[in-house]
Amino acid sequence: MTLPMERHVLVVFPHPDDEAFGVSGTIATYVKQGIPVTYACLTLGEMGRNLGNPPFATRETLPQIRKEELLASAKAMGVTDLRMMGLRDKTVEFEDDEKMVEMMENLIADTNPSLVITFYPNYAVHPDHDATGRAMIRAIRRMPEEARPTIYALAFSNDSKKVLGEPDIVHNIKESREEKMGAMRAHISQTAWMLEEMDKRLADGEPEAENWLHYERFYTYDFNKDFE
Amino acid sequence: MELVNVEQLQVLLNKFANEDVYIHLETTNGAYASHFDEKVFNAGAFIRNVMLRYELGKVAGESPHRVGLKLPHGWVYAQGITHFELDEHDRLLMAGHDQSGKLAVALQISKTPFTY
Repeated sequence: MTLPMERHVLVVFPHPDDEAFGVSGTIATYVKQGIPVTYACLTLGEMGRNLGNPPFATRETLPQIRKEELLASAKAMGVTDLRMMGLRDKTVEFEDDEKMVEMMENLIADTNPSLVITFYPNYAVHPDHDATGRAMIRAIRRMPEEARPTIYALAFSNDSKKVLGEPDIVHNIKESREEKMGAMRAHISQTAWMLEEMDKRLADGEPEAENWLHYERFYTYDFNKDFE
Repeated sequence: MELVNVEQLQVLLNKFANEDVYIHLETTNGAYASHFDEKVFNAGAFIRNVMLRYELGKVAGESPHRVGLKLPHGWVYAQGITHFELDEHDRLLMAGHDQSGKLAVALQISKTPFTY
């Protein structure tokens, strides 16, 4: 599937591996279409609970491991503009709200995106996800309407479909399947158990597993139904 | 990290007693706990780089162990400690990993501040 052309795509998530699950196929597709993509990752997932079984990492060595994984994932997707924003995992919502908006404004000013991909505030489960989406939506809301980039928002809370309906944007990323698997595998410290499960389901020919690999879904953010 | 050896861990705890040390203390059941199971009440606590001085440190019980630090005017303790390590920066890292290997609790002691 060829995606509509964009001037620049800005992807903003708080954790290394956030991009892998739901967006890596889309990112890889944009890159292959020659569209510049910037991925800003706010933390290094310092508080991740997966440290191996038996443990191969400690609380203190995990950030370096996840940084390497993030670099490998960017490489797998073909992303050359990767920005690590230096916040700490699980603390994003406690940062100064205005400082967070400024961070997003600076990213927008720097990249001049026609499309921003981030989490849908209040429907993204992890407090860091919601805080990231919140800051980005606020930054874009302050822009003159005609200058605002389109926002594709990811929602996966248990009530998201009930409240928001079905996602209106569905990308078939089958042709970027290898890049997506590459991004998933890059984050092996966090995805090992999930990949094992998925390999089993794929081997069993479960349509759900194929479906998950081939389709990425987003909500076009609508300021007429603003979250606040 | 290694499984807790009570004698070795006790020696290390003694080494940090009566000195200014930085503490990392964390308990968690994961940010997704109540997403996967709505009946779970998600609670946790986190402090990092709080400086204190303890007069007595003790590891207690069978694995998973408890580790308690007695301060002149208070206490610090962690329950569920399974693993420990003195890392290359001479920091005492203790952690509790659940049956699937996921970290559930961490208590770390260092003479120098932990990174951010």
